[in-house]
Amino acid sequence: MLVDFYQHLKSARLPVSVTEYLALMEALHSGVADYSVDNFYYLARAILVKDERHLDRFDRVFGAYFKGQTELFDKLLGEIPEEWLRRQAELLLSDEEKKRMESLGGFDELMRTLAERMREQRERHQGGSKWIGTAGRSPFGAYGYNPEGVRIGQDAGRQGRAVKVWDRREFRDLDDNVQIGTRNLQVALRKLRRFAREGAREELDLDATIEHTARNAGWLDLRMVPERHNAVKVLLFIDVGGSMYPFVQTCERLFTAARSEFKHLEHYYFHNFFYDFVWRDNRRRHDDTIPVFELMHTYGSDYKVIVVGDASMSPYEISVAGGSVEYFNEEAGEVWARRMLETWPNAVWLNPVSREAWDYTQSIAMVREIMEGRMFELTVSGLESAIDSLKGRRQ
Amino acid sequence: MTATTQSRFQGTDRYIATADLMAAVNAAIVLERPLLVKGEPGTGKTQLAEEIASALDKPLIQWHIKSTTRASQGLYEYDAVARLRDSQLGDDKVHDISNYIVPGKLWEAFDSEVQPVLLIDEIDKADIEFPNDLLLELDRMEFHRPIIVITSNNEKELPDAFLRRCFFHYIQFPDKDTMERIVEVHFPGLKKQLLKSALEVFFDVREVPGLKKKPSTSEVIDWIKLLVAEDIPPDALKSDNLRSSIPPLYGALLKNEQDVHLFERLVFLNRRNAR
Repeated sequence: MLVDFYQHLKSARLPVSVTEYLALMEALHSGVADYSVDNFYYLARAILVKDERHLDRFDRVFGAYFKGQTELFDKLLGEIPEEWLRRQAELLLSDEEKKRMESLGGFDELMRTLAERMREQRERHQGGSKWIGTAGRSPFGAYGYNPEGVRIGQDAGRQGRAVKVWDRREFRDLDDNVQIGTRNLQVALRKLRRFAREGAREELDLDATIEHTARNAGWLDLRMVPERHNAVKVLLFIDVGGSMYPFVQTCERLFTAARSEFKHLEHYYFHNFFYDFVWRDNRRRHDDTIPVFELMHTYGSDYKVIVVGDASMSPYEISVAGGSVEYFNEEAGEVWARRMLETWPNAVWLNPVSREAWDYTQSIAMVREIMEGRMFELTVSGLESAIDSLKGRRQ
Repeated sequence: MTATTQSRFQGTDRYIATADLMAAVNAAIVLERPLLVKGEPGTGKTQLAEEIASALDKPLIQWHIKSTTRASQGLYEYDAVARLRDSQLGDDKVHDISNYIVPGKLWEAFDSEVQPVLLIDEIDKADIEFPNDLLLELDRMEFHRPIIVITSNNEKELPDAFLRRCFFHYIQFPDKDTMERIVEVHFPGLKKQLLKSALEVFFDVREVPGLKKKPSTSEVIDWIKLLVAEDIPPDALKSDNLRSSIPPLYGALLKNEQDVHLFERLVFLNRRNAR
């Protein structure tokens, strides 16, 4: 059954691998967690989840999978061979107790009956009784270590709380499919920094040169390192059309983040789609426009382009000359967009509209086609894929 | 398996460990995997390693990572400059390389008589390749493996291969009950009333939207320390006063100029609305 659970995690796109699954098995085997739902949940969480962004997703899968499964530990114990139970019992028993048990027929005998009892009780369980070992029916109860009674169904209140632990979904804010929030933005910002740190040029590494010269008994040994300067240049285009108003805050945050990260950041505004002009200052957009041709001549192809826009408009605004809502454009938006992509091949489109809604808007499909699929949701995970794409690691 | 011989971590009298934290720590100890700990600043990530060491009575080896740290420095460093200098001066030491080898923290952990607790603090500060290099070194420690606690502040993404080998725990910000227990272990016998009011104020401050750095556990403990030292009466912290006044000694809670301004402005607004 744990294999099933593992499959569920996989299909919820949690990055779990066989390594983790084996580790969980090993942990159960070694008896790290006593057999309560709480501890099983904590253990599974510590082993299977590696990033707080995935905790919420894990909670949901765990909740959905184990919901109503009061026989959870029946099943688990069914998978646990007798010797593990014995180890578990040895852990819990003092010497004196073991001696007293001898009088009841010896440890081995007891372990055998215990195993039998459990098999029996699993059947009875389906008959309706909730917990495996209820009242003191077994000889084990007297010593207070009964793995069925004490360890499994400890008390209803505790069990109830355990369910809430994952149903509470405390980690919801950290899920990276949520739109960018203040905290999430910090994470996003760090992603940007990662890609800003990779310089390519070579410069003299003074410290290493001294060190290697020293190692070399004083003969000069030059060392070079890649430049750590922020070599990435970014052109940011932001849509300020009416349909973008709901996303203004998100865009502002992204802008602030990008602003502090890149030394070479140029930003321009546009409305819905690209035509002959963009503008720099949104308040003076009608008298201070800049021809896109000028940008193409100013910024070389080493600039990476990030477009932020909802790409939601009438299809004519993209495909037809004169389709712009603002003025008569002589060439279709699509022509301009392709022209820009030729100049700056490294480009992505970030869309604040959630991914599920993309298929219902024709213009989004058209823009995606123009962008060759490089459109990403404006979420932390979307941003991450976008940056991977900008780095040339297409996913 | 060594489950029976290993001692278990239950928290200490100075450190309240929640059930999930204990489960993660014990799993990491028994299965000998590194434990990666993340969480808000000030929730006791670094302290965790110290407490594990003291609870299990093991030596603690701390390795604080800097942006320039390389994994091989954990094993040893070769002080080439000193050797160069000695060679210029004609020192005899120069012929023996072992004079210029400075053991690193991993070496120390390797060398330790009993199994130590190794804290690798703020691993995300180092170069992006550091965790992978470290992995190699740790994998080589097949026998005699220390209990490894790694903390991260999320400044950089850690590589997948590295994460696969680790167990992970995210220290949640404690809820009210846990917080009361935490304060209790730091200030045993603190007046119930003061504790209650102080925590109310504290959680209110945390709720203030838009704070740059929310106060966390270490801040509240400092703050209560101050309250006790200044002998502030619990009445001063009453929640109905709070809306219209700034809590005493709030400098211990808010550490950022902008936050203080924001907070003062909110209190001011509240006061005006109350009128």
